[in-house]
Amino acid sequence: MALLEVKELGISFGGLRAVDDFHLTIEEGQLYGLIGPNGAGKTTVFNLLTGVYKPTDGYILLDGENITGKKTIEINQHGIARTFQNIRLFGDLTVRDNVKAGLHNHYKYSALTGILRLPKYYKVEKEMDERAMELLKVFDLDKEADYKASNLPYGKQRKLEIARALATDPKLLLLDEPAAGMNPNETQELMNTIRFVRDEFHMTILLIEHDMKLVSGICEQLTVLNFGQILTEGETSVVLNDPKVITAYLGE
Amino acid sequence: MKMKALSKNTRSNLITYGMVVTAYVVMEILLKAGMVSSLLRGLLVPLCMYVILAVSLNLVVGISGELSLGHAGFMCVGAFSSALFSLCMKEAVPAGALRFFLAILIGAAAGALFGFLIGVPVLRLRGDYLAIVTLAFGEIIKNVVNIIFLGRDVNGFHISIEDAFSLNMEPGGEVLINGPQGITGTPQDSSFFIGIVLILITLFVVINMVNSRTGRAIMAIRDNRIAAESVGINVTKYKLLAFTVSASLAGVAGVLYAHNLSTLAAQPKNFGYNMSIMILVFVVLGGIGNIRGSIIAAVVLTLLPEMLRSLNDYRMLMYAVVLIATMIFTSSPGGQAFRERYSLKALIGRKNQEKEA
Ligand SMILES: Nc1ncnc2c1ncn2[C@@H]1O[C@H](COP(=O)(O)OP(=O)(O)OP(=O)(O)O)[C@@H](O)[C@H]1O
Ligand SMILES: [Mg+2]
Repeated sequence: MALLEVKELGISFGGLRAVDDFHLTIEEGQLYGLIGPNGAGKTTVFNLLTGVYKPTDGYILLDGENITGKKTIEINQHGIARTFQNIRLFGDLTVRDNVKAGLHNHYKYSALTGILRLPKYYKVEKEMDERAMELLKVFDLDKEADYKASNLPYGKQRKLEIARALATDPKLLLLDEPAAGMNPNETQELMNTIRFVRDEFHMTILLIEHDMKLVSGICEQLTVLNFGQILTEGETSVVLNDPKVITAYLGE
Repeated sequence: MKMKALSKNTRSNLITYGMVVTAYVVMEILLKAGMVSSLLRGLLVPLCMYVILAVSLNLVVGISGELSLGHAGFMCVGAFSSALFSLCMKEAVPAGALRFFLAILIGAAAGALFGFLIGVPVLRLRGDYLAIVTLAFGEIIKNVVNIIFLGRDVNGFHISIEDAFSLNMEPGGEVLINGPQGITGTPQDSSFFIGIVLILITLFVVINMVNSRTGRAIMAIRDNRIAAESVGINVTKYKLLAFTVSASLAGVAGVLYAHNLSTLAAQPKNFGYNMSIMILVFVVLGGIGNIRGSIIAAVVLTLLPEMLRSLNDYRMLMYAVVLIATMIFTSSPGGQAFRERYSLKALIGRKNQEKEA
């Protein structure tokens, strides 16, 4: 059984059919790419998968469970975590606290325990700190743990967003243009990190990206969107050499 | 690295507690030495009340990032519920300390209840809309309290919203809440000492909550609601929690207020929107989200008009000048740079550097 199975997914904004008859099957452990020209509907697909928008048609199965139309927080608890195209960090919190916010549902104590500083508070906070530092190390952010998140340079902010998403212990990780705004060196480093996350965390990853070097470098399968519809899908090398895809990107 | 961060935070909080305790000790010494004017002596309990109000409102405005203008309404609820309790229990529980303790619990519970009930519909709104609706709710609470008549006689309680006569009480019945005249004869259980204890409890609750999983969730929602949802944080729950706790603490401030006066009546001056806005001014001037700043602002801005009394007509002018100056100092980039350069920490740091060199 596939980890993610999407069928006939669609949404309209007023008269605009932003995504139409979209389908997607991702196996566990896959590194899957979603590409397409600007405004094709890629981010909208992410928003549908994570419950930010409710689909007007179709259904989404995660690990065999129907999660169509569920709320964002429920979908996160089912195991989908994401990053955002326009970075959304908790800017006034420290880097460490951003990750700890991601651990929210896995390390629990009540509000009263926190106020009264019962022993459980110290125990759980310590575990959270350890886990947060572990995750930050993966992204080479451990030295910046006490920085305010908004003070991080752009590339590191993108990495912190991935660390925070991983903190929720997802089955499926969605990355929306993780390399946007990065220089070639940073992109290369990011590719290694994404691969590392897939291998070490046994993560399944779906990513949107415009950087073709990254896409061809790490994605195994691709789906190409154009004007809200699937243009083509399949193995990366085949899809990228498809004349249809090249015209879609370059325009006619 | 981790230890340092922890201790830095803890140290800052200890300074806050220490500041309150020191202020109390100094004040007590001055009181003993007879060096405090009667005017200032009368201001001590209100000062404690303002500090509690400012710190609790900061939980909503600074930590949760919601603009609430109904804080005085929750204070009103706490004041009336607890005053009514104390009045009824005057004979049943003659021990002042125990009765006041129970009154505080009742004020806190009433504040929390109203905070919760109002928070449920209101917290769906954002920004300006939330401000307007909370302002309205605050006014509604004050006005509703003004038309309640409550009496007690041998048959039990009677309630009316017309006047004291329509209570239809047996002879010998006693009017507890007399509409616009409010409650008379509340035992005066408040004291400076209790006020300070309540400030410390408020600080304990707010500071510990902010520095916990709960506070992290609340601030995450403030910083980015969509991202908070995406990591599984329940936005409604945590916003409501912050709002309820804040209202509950405002209720406690109301208890302090009610038991400092022999007559409690809901007027625009004490429970109206002017009061809510004044508390907001404390919070904004002290620095949004800055707990210690709220305390200092509440104290300074309460004392200032009294200290400037000799200036008569120029008093409010001076007040405005101080407000503007503080705002420039705390919020403008220039002021912030100045503060960073000349803050105590920076000065000490520079000295250490010189020593090392
Ligand atoms: N909430 C919304 N309301 C109305 N239209 C929307 C909304 N969200 C997206 N759209 C529209 O849907 C279309 C697809 O947008 P989407 O952001 O998914 O594109 P994208 O493929 O992610 O593009 P890019 O590569 O530029 O990020 C666009 O025409 C956009 O204007
Ligand atoms: Mg997009």
